[in-house]
Amino acid sequence: MAVASTYRDQHFKGSRVEQERLLGQSCTLYVGNLSFYTTEEQIHELFGKCGDIKRIIMGLDKFTRTPCGFCFVEFYLRNDAENAIRFVNGTRLDDRIVRTDWDAGFIEGRQYGRGKTGGQVRDEYRTDFDGGRGGWGKMIQQKVATSAANN
Amino acid sequence: MSRRKRDDGYEHGYRKRRRVVSEQAEIEDRLESLIIRVGDKTSSSLESNLEGLASVLEADMNTYKSKILRILSECPIQMPEKCTIYSTLVGLLNAKNYNFGGEFVEQMVRNLKEALREGQWESARLIVRFISDMVNCHIVSASSLLQLYDSFIDAAMEQGVPQVRRDWYMYALLTALPWVGRELFEKKENDLERIMAAMEGYLRRRNTAHVAALRVWNCDTPHPQEEYLECIWAQVRKLRTDEWQERHIYRPYLAFDSILSEALQHNLPVILPPPHTASTQYPLPWVVFRMFDYTDCPEAGPLLPGTHSVERYLIEEHLHQIVTRHHNERKELATQLLAFPQRNKIPLEYMIVEVLFSELFNMPSPRYLEISYGCTLIELCKLQPSTMPQVLAQATELLYERIDTMNATCFDRFVSWFSYHLSNFQFRWSWDDWQNCLSLEKDHPKAKFVSEVFGKCLRLSYYKRVNEMVPECYSPLLPPKPEPYFKYQTEGGNGLPGATQVQALTELLRKKPTPEEVLELIQQLPNPLKDDDGDMEPSHNPLAIEVFVQTLLHLGSKSFTHTFAGLAKYHSVFKTICENEEAQICMLRQVYELWQNHPQFLGVVVDKMLKTQIVECCAVANWIFSRDMAPEFTRSYIWEILHLTIRKMNKHVVRLEKEVADARAKLRAAPSDSESSDDDPNREAGEKRRRTVSNKDTPKDGEEQPTEEMVERMEERLEAAQSDQKNLFLIVFQRFIMILSEHVVRCDTDGKDFNTFWYQWTVGRLQQVFMAHHEQVEKYSQTLETLLFTHDLDSNILDTFRQFQALRS
Repeated sequence: MAVASTYRDQHFKGSRVEQERLLGQSCTLYVGNLSFYTTEEQIHELFGKCGDIKRIIMGLDKFTRTPCGFCFVEFYLRNDAENAIRFVNGTRLDDRIVRTDWDAGFIEGRQYGRGKTGGQVRDEYRTDFDGGRGGWGKMIQQKVATSAANN
Repeated sequence: MSRRKRDDGYEHGYRKRRRVVSEQAEIEDRLESLIIRVGDKTSSSLESNLEGLASVLEADMNTYKSKILRILSECPIQMPEKCTIYSTLVGLLNAKNYNFGGEFVEQMVRNLKEALREGQWESARLIVRFISDMVNCHIVSASSLLQLYDSFIDAAMEQGVPQVRRDWYMYALLTALPWVGRELFEKKENDLERIMAAMEGYLRRRNTAHVAALRVWNCDTPHPQEEYLECIWAQVRKLRTDEWQERHIYRPYLAFDSILSEALQHNLPVILPPPHTASTQYPLPWVVFRMFDYTDCPEAGPLLPGTHSVERYLIEEHLHQIVTRHHNERKELATQLLAFPQRNKIPLEYMIVEVLFSELFNMPSPRYLEISYGCTLIELCKLQPSTMPQVLAQATELLYERIDTMNATCFDRFVSWFSYHLSNFQFRWSWDDWQNCLSLEKDHPKAKFVSEVFGKCLRLSYYKRVNEMVPECYSPLLPPKPEPYFKYQTEGGNGLPGATQVQALTELLRKKPTPEEVLELIQQLPNPLKDDDGDMEPSHNPLAIEVFVQTLLHLGSKSFTHTFAGLAKYHSVFKTICENEEAQICMLRQVYELWQNHPQFLGVVVDKMLKTQIVECCAVANWIFSRDMAPEFTRSYIWEILHLTIRKMNKHVVRLEKEVADARAKLRAAPSDSESSDDDPNREAGEKRRRTVSNKDTPKDGEEQPTEEMVERMEERLEAAQSDQKNLFLIVFQRFIMILSEHVVRCDTDGKDFNTFWYQWTVGRLQQVFMAHHEQVEKYSQTLETLLFTHDLDSNILDTFRQFQALRS
């Protein structure tokens, strides 16, 4: 098991075949749905239960350079990463269900959110209120701001 | 024209052959599927399925015999819970086709011999059981089965071989008897009694020194912690008193009695257990984990089978087998556990919880990752929210209640599991119930448990959260705010020695200097160790180390990543000023001073320093046992650090061992270059090229062929690493012995009882080193016995070593 999800990084530099190959031998996981306040220490404590961690790279807002709710966890051994997918994916960290997925490998620049306002894309368009991820989605926040300005 | 015709013909023939072959493969696959799925939930009865399948297989016997033989011989081993279904199926086939029955028996015997030869003990045990069940189906004669049993008993009586080997042969017999006991009782009562008498004699004479090391709790109240062989023996004895009437196992062959009793039986050939060799590995013994009895389960519900009922054994074994099959898929595992076939007849949740905890607390180590058990329990709570959480809470209460006698290793695992579990349920717990721990001393297991759980919860959450999750009365046990302690910024800090240089270094580091510039600044610091005469050159400059380490780490204290960046950039400075062990211990002291309130950060930094070889394993070990660290000695994080240190060393050695073994194998397999003729210029040039091209001594996989010289260099590196490893274990064990002996002597002189909490924790931690690393420690057992664990040692300390030795003897 420990199969990759259907998500594929659209910004991946290389062919689809190459991407699949890298995913198939990767020791790096993408971890999503983190709170903006979840720390490297918390991530290390939980994922460390699956094996020796090589490094953790926090996902950052492109403009503010503060955590924006995702990270990469790289293990030394692929088997340890598989175990993280088996046993950590879908459980809670910092009271939130976190999601893990295979990543083709960290490249400088990939630690930044790709949303227009600097965070993750999903936070641009979501319509719920999430206290751990800046409250309302960015689009809604903007709408609220402009309508307030107009009144 | 003719070419096309030929191609057509060839292709036509090829396609035809392919079609035939693929048809054959299709039928084989279908047969395989039918065999594998027999007994699974269908609309028709199992009996009619078996009859139907027997007919199908019989019809296809000529064409597909070898495939059928293979699948039928593997299925009862892969799916042991369906043992009786397959024995019935084979019984029906044997009744139709005596020759097939004979060939099947031969196949099983071959499989058994191979499993014994290859050390696949669990498979072998299940084969013995299946062969025994084949007596119930009139495939194998009872007398020849008894011959097999006799040869196993002979193996158990053999002198000069490890007890773990002899135990296995007994265990294989004992766990087969529930299936065939009744049949033997009816037809061969005297032989059965003879075998029972032999087993009784064996069990009476056995050495049980290892039991103390494997028990989760060191006392037998409220539930005796029985050694596994003793337990199954008691269960089989009870079965005997019930005249071998066993009612739990489902036996489809009973419905076919008239057909099967007409069949002719086969005799097993003589099966001699393969002799013991030094390299043979046998399964380790274990202690049966008991935390529940029938009084713990709801009165109105089904009864929990007694500890010495065969039923208890059978159900637990089945539950463990489900774990084995699905341990990598927690959702499937939880589903399968809850779908247990006889779930309405037993308090299923209790048995599942007991089985999962028995695996989590297994000594020396759990079969699978600790976290896998934790998240499986969470899945179970999700699937059964009205019962599972309560049973789990009850289990937690029981474990807390009995924690006074729990060994240190399991204590750590309990802390780890409970904090992890809480982190998935908003840290909600009935903390009020445990307030009794507040009146106990800090080292009392209950108080320690609560404070360690708080510490782990802190790591998974944050300071405010942990404070909010418990009633205020718990504040004495709460951990401090996890922040760096930078003494130079405290009250009066700028008066401390080195304070000015700390300031200067801080400012310098902000400008991103080179390592050389940093080194220049630090080396200007005076050395407090230097004599006025300046005769002896001190091994290190503690002031320089203090200033550098604390300043750099403080600047990087924001996160692990910041600290790691600092360690990487100024790695050379570390290497220069911390060349020897004394310097490294001094450095560790500085790291501790800065991170004393954040044990997690401390551990991560030490880990990184080991990885980047800023510090050696032995330095860490000596630092842990140093006088400075004595106040922290019973804190769990200390042992976390020691064990990660030992593991690093072990991993290093294991990796080098594998590299050497692989290289040697490659060297053996390939034609020997060293023997080749010297006058082959190409080959010589090739060799020369290989030697100059490879900077690393180890050839990459599949690339070049290793030369004898390379392998020798690898072996040298391995020897050096093994020497380091032996040294590390010697240091650790010697320091344990020293510190424990000192304590006992001091208590003697003061007229006090030496058996304090501190003493119990420390002995427990010593035991933990043996257990956690037993495979590696085993290599040095002789040395340890000769040098350290000698007769004159205090008996409690010596016992720990003896118990460890007894694991494999």
